[in-house]
Amino acid sequence: MSAAQDNDLPLLTVRDVSRYYGARLGCRDVSFDLWPGEVLGIVGESGSGKSTLLNCLSGKLEPSGGEVVYQTRHEGALDVYRASEARRRLLLRTDWGFVHQNPRDGLRMAVSAGANVGERLMAVGDRHYGNIRAAATDWLGRVEIAADRLDDRPTAFSGGMQQRLQIARVLVTKPRLVFMDEPTGGLDVSVQARLLDLLRGLVRDLGLAAIVVTHDLAVVRLLAHRLLVMKDGEVVEHGLTDRVLDDPQHPYTQLLVSSVLPA
Amino acid sequence: MTQLDEGSGPAEVGVAGYNFAYLDEQTKRMIRRTILKAVAIPGYQVAFGSREMPLAYGWGTGGMQITAAIVGADDTLKVIDQGADDTTNAVSIRRFFNRTAGVAMTERTVDASVIQTRHRIPETPLRDDQILVYQVPMPEPLRYLEPRETETQKMHALSEYGVMHVKLYEDIARHGRITTSYDYPVLVNGRYVMAPSPIPKFDNPKMDRMPALQLFGAGREKRIYAVPPYTPVKSLDFEDHPFSIDRQPHSCGLCGSNESFLDEIVTDDAGGRLYVCSDTDYCRERREAGDVMNRSAAE
Amino acid sequence: MYVAVKGGEQAIDASLEQLARERRGDASVPELSVAQIKQQMRLAVDRVMCEGSLYDPDLAALAIKQARGDLFEAVFLLRAYRTTLPRFGVTLPLDTAAMTTRRRISATYKDIPGGQILGPSFDYSHRLLDFALMDEGAPGLAPERADETRGESAPLPRVTDILGQEGLIEGDGDLDGQAPGDLTREPLRFPASRDLRLQNLARGDEGFLLAMAYSTQRGYGRNHPFAGEIRMGDIAIVIEPEELGFAVEIGDVTVTECQMITQFKGSADKPPQFTRGYGLTFGYCERKAMAMALCDRALRAKELGEDITAPAQDEEFVLAHSDSVEASGFVQHLKLPHYIDFQSELLSVRDMRAKAMARANAKEAADDAA
Repeated sequence: MSAAQDNDLPLLTVRDVSRYYGARLGCRDVSFDLWPGEVLGIVGESGSGKSTLLNCLSGKLEPSGGEVVYQTRHEGALDVYRASEARRRLLLRTDWGFVHQNPRDGLRMAVSAGANVGERLMAVGDRHYGNIRAAATDWLGRVEIAADRLDDRPTAFSGGMQQRLQIARVLVTKPRLVFMDEPTGGLDVSVQARLLDLLRGLVRDLGLAAIVVTHDLAVVRLLAHRLLVMKDGEVVEHGLTDRVLDDPQHPYTQLLVSSVLPA
Repeated sequence: MTQLDEGSGPAEVGVAGYNFAYLDEQTKRMIRRTILKAVAIPGYQVAFGSREMPLAYGWGTGGMQITAAIVGADDTLKVIDQGADDTTNAVSIRRFFNRTAGVAMTERTVDASVIQTRHRIPETPLRDDQILVYQVPMPEPLRYLEPRETETQKMHALSEYGVMHVKLYEDIARHGRITTSYDYPVLVNGRYVMAPSPIPKFDNPKMDRMPALQLFGAGREKRIYAVPPYTPVKSLDFEDHPFSIDRQPHSCGLCGSNESFLDEIVTDDAGGRLYVCSDTDYCRERREAGDVMNRSAAE
Repeated sequence: MYVAVKGGEQAIDASLEQLARERRGDASVPELSVAQIKQQMRLAVDRVMCEGSLYDPDLAALAIKQARGDLFEAVFLLRAYRTTLPRFGVTLPLDTAAMTTRRRISATYKDIPGGQILGPSFDYSHRLLDFALMDEGAPGLAPERADETRGESAPLPRVTDILGQEGLIEGDGDLDGQAPGDLTREPLRFPASRDLRLQNLARGDEGFLLAMAYSTQRGYGRNHPFAGEIRMGDIAIVIEPEELGFAVEIGDVTVTECQMITQFKGSADKPPQFTRGYGLTFGYCERKAMAMALCDRALRAKELGEDITAPAQDEEFVLAHSDSVEASGFVQHLKLPHYIDFQSELLSVRDMRAKAMARANAKEAADDAA
């Protein structure tokens, strides 16, 4: 299948995804398509179900109902939850990436920055120390971490550097789809701005598709092409980012936009 | 308490009330089935119903259970610890089998049909009619990187071994070399990463395509695994930092060997050191061969 | 000329002989009999039977004597004996409601059918050394009254059954027709089913379980328990050999049972109700039975959809480290020689030091040259 044909199909097809925790609703009947190179933002207050949805989409939490289908590079469509765990885990460490809000959840804090970036390469069979190290050095540079920090542990890094290191660790295997859970949460405002700028550049340069969950509308304004607005586990509005933020239709979106945008 | 008699030949009787080689036949059969499975899947840790043995866990109960399950009346058994036949734990285990099975015992590697070992592989190359039984304290090579059994099982099943190389990468980045010096992890038959037990990495190359069957028993952790004869065993490394062994810059003070693994003996409190073969049988054989040529020098 | 250290055999013989002498102690003091230990050190005997998982008071007493009072060692002796025994059959489940009850207390109801029975307990003793016991000829106890019976032989309903009548407590659970597992024959695998977990805890070290249980009370996995009922007494062991086709009593054992009751807020499938933590021991091991019940309940966190945040809720952590024979053996194996691993480490450290010094020297030389 040629790359051109690839682009005729959605990268990720999500149909009627629901997740319940016992009787409590996590998210309900979410459907959308994500196209190659597209960035989708999912916004809502805490408790709106956006993190549950992200976990369902990224293969970490099996939905109570619905399906998530991923268009693989060479093997056609893959139903993420019908695939074997082996296949799913392989996907998670090659074609997909996950950026956690807390970099500690995504990094090995006890090994050096170089080993953190190199791990995914080693996991897919790279066995040349020099090449792994060169790739790690290159990626540190791309996330604006000085090369002389290569052998330092992330414990010695600032929060912003840890987050950039996590991003380098995820992107080193050139994934096609990256999931981000509040990637700028917990960072100072000035650090947030720099990170957003970096992310926007990387996403554009690499042609990444991404799904970004955040409560911060400034983040999606900068990064996302399209938006899903969630409330009480359901999608209440869905559209192009500028349209949703500048001309919100649902009363809840209007509230969300008016409470944040004036600032 | 009755004193144990240890002779070199078969004992007249076993221990009253206990079966040949201590374990009952049902248990031995279960262990032999486990061994067959382990041989069929080289390097894979097979769980088994490990029994309490009259020696403490961590003192060789896994190796003893394997030996008890495979040893027959016509076998000749050798037991070593740290390469030596006369270390206390080796003596204790040899006594146990002498008392409960009464099989022939030997200190000579070439004469043994079954060799139970802790922490060494004999220097003398083994043959395809011999079996080497290792005592294993921690069978899981991934354990110090991932404490959970449920997770390490998945990692083995899916060959997710990247994290092993993270450890090696980190060693080189920090120290310029891989610092693991014993229990150095290996890849068996291109599939399973395996802990070779705490043998020095000096011994790792001996495991590769060894003619003898290698059996590994971990009693406390309840696992048996195996390397069948002539199976490839590769020590993990990087292409540009290949596995290498540390050559000791000495030769044996007794037999003069510069090819064997040496024990360091502190001879005085002024920094005096003597290096001698850890494999006592190998050392003796060499000295006896040397004696023929130069009898007076030994006296 | 250097001669390698020899004489492992003589050293072992001498060590065993010294051990035997030390065990006997001063020969002018009368030797302790197994019967004395069985009668007067009964709680030690019970603990050794429980953790040794073999109900035989005579052999447990012998093990204590042989182990010089070291109960870990005695448990080990009993286990190593037990493992060689043939297995004739499996008993029917014990009906603890039908026991001859010597002690039975509930912390949840002031009065219960059949009443509270204190029985032989340290609970209300004052912990004052009784110097009268220094003398072997201490005044004896009054003879038991003729009308005094040892225990209540009429069946006493369990407190949990009383709650069960109202549906206030979950069921006892069942094995869905499967035979209970046996971790002395099959290795424990994770995740473990509850039958195997209870077997593991029943064999587990009392001190370890006590500390784990205590940690749940101090906030590491808190679950608000009540001691619904603790009972101790004698109970018939019944087997039903296939070739006979009917049940036969083969003897009595003493057991202690603890049912902890814990509040549960309910889930999608289950209404709010009380849940159970269960403890059962051979002999009179009340502290152990209570600790076991708390650990059992803590380990049900996953099944009940509770957050797993504390060590006591972590199945692999608790079950993999509860066995005293395993733990004691492995900790003490550090006494065995590790010359070879250490020699390899020496080589490695010397090499790294040489490299580091060479680097430092080279840098110094470069600095000097500059």
